[in-house]
Amino acid sequence: MRFQIYRYNPDTDSAPYMRDYELKIEAGDMMLLDALVLLKQQDDSLSLRKSCREGVCGSDAMNINGRNGLACITPLSSLQQPVVLRPLPGLPVIRDLIVDMTQFFKQYHSIKPYLINNDPPPETERLQSPEQREHLNGLYECILCGCCTTACPSFWWNPDKFVGPAGLLQAYRFIADTRDQATAERLDDLEDPYRLFRCHTIMNCVDVCPKELNPTEAIGNIKDMMVKRMV
Amino acid sequence: MVNRVVIGAHYGLRDWLVQRISAVVMVGYVLALSAQLLLQDHPGYDAWTELFSSQWMRTFSLLFLLALFYHAWIGIRDIVMDYVKPASVRLVIHTLVILALMIYSIWSVEILWGM
Repeated sequence: MRFQIYRYNPDTDSAPYMRDYELKIEAGDMMLLDALVLLKQQDDSLSLRKSCREGVCGSDAMNINGRNGLACITPLSSLQQPVVLRPLPGLPVIRDLIVDMTQFFKQYHSIKPYLINNDPPPETERLQSPEQREHLNGLYECILCGCCTTACPSFWWNPDKFVGPAGLLQAYRFIADTRDQATAERLDDLEDPYRLFRCHTIMNCVDVCPKELNPTEAIGNIKDMMVKRMV
Repeated sequence: MVNRVVIGAHYGLRDWLVQRISAVVMVGYVLALSAQLLLQDHPGYDAWTELFSSQWMRTFSLLFLLALFYHAWIGIRDIVMDYVKPASVRLVIHTLVILALMIYSIWSVEILWGM
C-alpha cells in the first residue's frame, strides 16, 4: 500500500513536505493505525500520537485523505491509495502528525466543563430520573479528539473567539444536565457574536465526528433555549 | 497564541434571530410577488404600475427591502469579522456599509412612493 505523509520537524526542516511510503501488506481487516505503527518501524523519525488504539482516547485524530478521523478505527480497506495523511487542519504543528491542541482545550475549558451545583452534596449521588438522564445521551460520549473543531472553518478563522463544535457540544451537555444550576450563566456566556454564533450550520462537525455525535443539533438546542428565555 | 480575549458583546442572539426573521419576510414577499406576476392576465407596464400604486404593495415592498438591508448588514458584518482583523479598518468598513444601506433605505422610499 502507498502512503503520502506530511512531515515537518521544525528543528531541521525549513518547510513541511509530503513523504512517500510503501508497505507490503494486504489491507485485510487492519486499521490505519496498524499501518502507521509498521511505517514507524521503517522510519522511526515519523511522529504521531496514539494510545488506546480503539477509538476511546482520541489521540490519533488526523486528516485522512482530506477528512478528519481517528486512524485506529479507520479500516485500511476503506481508503483510496495513496493514503494521504496530514495533521489536523487549523492547529499549529509540533511535529509531523502531532498538533498543538492548546487552543482547542482552552476553548473547551472556557465553557466550564464541570457540574456547577451550589447545594450541599447529598449523602449519596445527585440523582436524575431515567428521562432526565436520557438528555445526556449523544452529548457525554465526546472524546475530545478535535476532529470536528478542526474541520470547522469558523474555528480556523477565529480559534481564539469561537468555542468550536466540540466545546459547544460540551457546553450543551452541562446546560442539558438537570443537576447543573448555572444554566443562565452558561447561556449568558455564549450569547455574543463569536463564541456560539460564528456557527453557520455547515455541519462539517457532524460529517467527521468519529463517535457519530451531532454538535450542530446541540448548538441548535442552545439557540432554542436562548430564544425561549428571551421571548 | 492569544491569552487574553475580549469577548461578550451580547448581540449575537439578537442578530441571529433578526437574520432568520428577515429571511422569512423576504421569502413571503418573493412568493407573493411571484404569485401576482403569474396570475396577471395582461402583464406589462400598466399592470406593474397598477400593482405598485396600492399602498399595501408599497408597504410590503418597503418591508422586504428593509429586511433585505438588515439581513445584508449582518451577513456582511459576519464576513468582515472573519477576514478583516484590524479594528480600525473594520470600523471604517462597518460605517461605510451602514451608510450605504441607510442611503438605499431612503432611496427605496423615494422610488416606491415616487412612482
